[in-house]
Amino acid sequence: MTANTASKNKEKAVGKSRATNARPGADNVHGVTLVEAINLALRRALSDDPDVVVLGEDIGINGGVFRATLGLREAFGYKRVIDTPLAEALIAGISVGMASQGMRPVAEIQFMGFINATVEQMLCHAGRLRNRTRGRLSCPMVLRAPFGGGIHAPEHHSESTEAMFAHMPGLRVVIPSSPTRAYGLLLSAIRNPDPVVFLEPKRIYRMVRQQVVDDGQGLPLDTCFTLREGTDLTLVSWGAMVHETLLAAKQLEEIGVAAEVIDVATISPLDMDTIRRSVEKTGRCVVIQEAPRSFGVGSEISARIAEEALLYLRAPVQRVAGYDTPMPYPGNESLYMPSVADIVDAATATLENA
Amino acid sequence: MFDVLDQTPGKLGFIDAHGKLVNELPDGVSIDWLQQSYQHMVRIRQLDKKAVALQRTGQMHTYPSCLGQEAIGTGIGMAMQDADVLVPYYRDQATQVLRGVSMQQILQVWGGDERGNLFEGAAVKDFPNCVPIGTQMSHAAGIAAAMKSRGVKQAVVANCGDGATSRGDVYEALNLVGVWQLPMVAVINNNQWAISVPRGLQTATATLAEKALAVGIDSIQIDGNDVVAVFQAVRNALTRARSGKGGTLIEAVSYRLSDHTTADDATRYREASEVSQAWEYDPVKRLQTYLHELGQWTPAQEQSLLAEVKQSIDKAVADYLNTAPQAADDFMAYVFAAMPQPLQAQRERLLARLERDNAAGGNCDDS
Repeated sequence: MTANTASKNKEKAVGKSRATNARPGADNVHGVTLVEAINLALRRALSDDPDVVVLGEDIGINGGVFRATLGLREAFGYKRVIDTPLAEALIAGISVGMASQGMRPVAEIQFMGFINATVEQMLCHAGRLRNRTRGRLSCPMVLRAPFGGGIHAPEHHSESTEAMFAHMPGLRVVIPSSPTRAYGLLLSAIRNPDPVVFLEPKRIYRMVRQQVVDDGQGLPLDTCFTLREGTDLTLVSWGAMVHETLLAAKQLEEIGVAAEVIDVATISPLDMDTIRRSVEKTGRCVVIQEAPRSFGVGSEISARIAEEALLYLRAPVQRVAGYDTPMPYPGNESLYMPSVADIVDAATATLENA
Repeated sequence: MFDVLDQTPGKLGFIDAHGKLVNELPDGVSIDWLQQSYQHMVRIRQLDKKAVALQRTGQMHTYPSCLGQEAIGTGIGMAMQDADVLVPYYRDQATQVLRGVSMQQILQVWGGDERGNLFEGAAVKDFPNCVPIGTQMSHAAGIAAAMKSRGVKQAVVANCGDGATSRGDVYEALNLVGVWQLPMVAVINNNQWAISVPRGLQTATATLAEKALAVGIDSIQIDGNDVVAVFQAVRNALTRARSGKGGTLIEAVSYRLSDHTTADDATRYREASEVSQAWEYDPVKRLQTYLHELGQWTPAQEQSLLAEVKQSIDKAVADYLNTAPQAADDFMAYVFAAMPQPLQAQRERLLARLERDNAAGGNCDDS
């Protein structure tokens, strides 16, 4: 081995060590947006595990339409960061095949409105491969997609169909609401031995910047996060609506109401214990979702409260939601989406009950 | 009506419908090989017959017969190596048994017990049957992509029916095989009917093999009732695939001699004369005739084979019927690697329900 080669190998080893064993430190803390946190988590997962591959439309050279995969192709090469043909069902289907062989594909669908082509693969195959083979084969894949409205995108770009996937047995549905949770939840989703649909609220992709420690630590799945404690009322939300919910809690505080705010984070399986305990304490609950009102995650949470905590309630559970219509074109988008005032109104109405 | 079953120029075949050799047998196809293939086809035909009988007598659920397609499954199974992966559709019993799936497991799957998918032998890495049409082709492409990415000299065989070629899924998967040069062999079991819709109403193309033109991969149309043709085409395609030369589409022309499934009645949509004509192309009979005329298969050997096959199938049936029931909560145990809390709560409800029903001396099933 020449001195030059030895030196190069040493550099490589050091580089690897930095990538895999980094601990919190000045050079390891990043002030990032939510989409940059996604990028950071993907970079970390690709570094840590050679079985991880990232795939989708335009994710390579282009870095994804929202730039979630920016720079990954340059860092990890085209065999790990793979541009696929434009075929969403195929992207989900080959991810099932790759995952069955022990790889960990992280597939991107450009927009939630285009995810429908994957439904058959996710429902008929990804969600049931382990079950139908009694554990002989498994499907450790992640299907990522930006979802929700509020960025004035064209038709079919702004849907919130998380309930559709949450209703599918065998799938996890995970939704971050901040850069730190995006980083930690995505890492856990990639490491999870079962398929995860990871939905990214694109309206808040670049809304706030947070200090994220790139230490490779995942956050727990199947667990709600209590973002704010309170005694008068429980506000339950997820994704981008957590932003409006926290603002509403602040306004309520100004009129003397202490609202507890719960970020569901993993829509399915649902951590009902955290929600129930909070409702038992406050006796009141408002569930806030951007998705259509009927048959959604909010409906499920309301039903579960009725089943498990009805006698603690001092007022009916309220839902603040979108409408049972297609998401309007951008011109009327703001009419569709729940506002801070809508949440405050629902909370106030709930509080007016004895 | 189905002149496609005839020997036509360009369609690969070795032993014709009359049991006559029309092309020199390829390397590796010995008398012993032919006898083994014949015996396997007889075994699968008898298993198939037994499965239908079990369904008719209420001892099994809906079953898709592979009657008439024994040569396709057998040829594929004989050509595959253990390290390859099979991604089957739901009429691939012949290949599955050659790969080590027990006949008991075949019966279990269609008898409603997921443990039938706990494959054995080489098949331990294979996919379970795919019931949705054509969706399995992209799984195969993904498996092939994993093989290519890992640099292993393995390949995938994925099967579908003629009806599946009408679906975008099949095109999307084959397109990827072409553009990524994946080690995948796609076999279309062209049995002429997608339940009640004939091949002529599925596509306007003259052959299904030519679908490969649109995706830039090699293809070949073969006589799917000739086990040698199937073996040769699949073996060649697998060799190409393993050596990095990409995928192949094989159209194996055959005929579904049975109903689509035991829940179907094909007399509603096709003429008896068509079926009786198709029997003249029977893959099992033609190989028997060929071997018999060579003096390599005697009535005594046939008797002996049938007796041995009967015995092994009777044992498989007995094992299937005597399989201990799954634990009541088994259908919940494998949904996730670790059971999430909400499902655990539902499991407890199920167990409580069973306890209540047991205490009442029966179950709560209304039927």
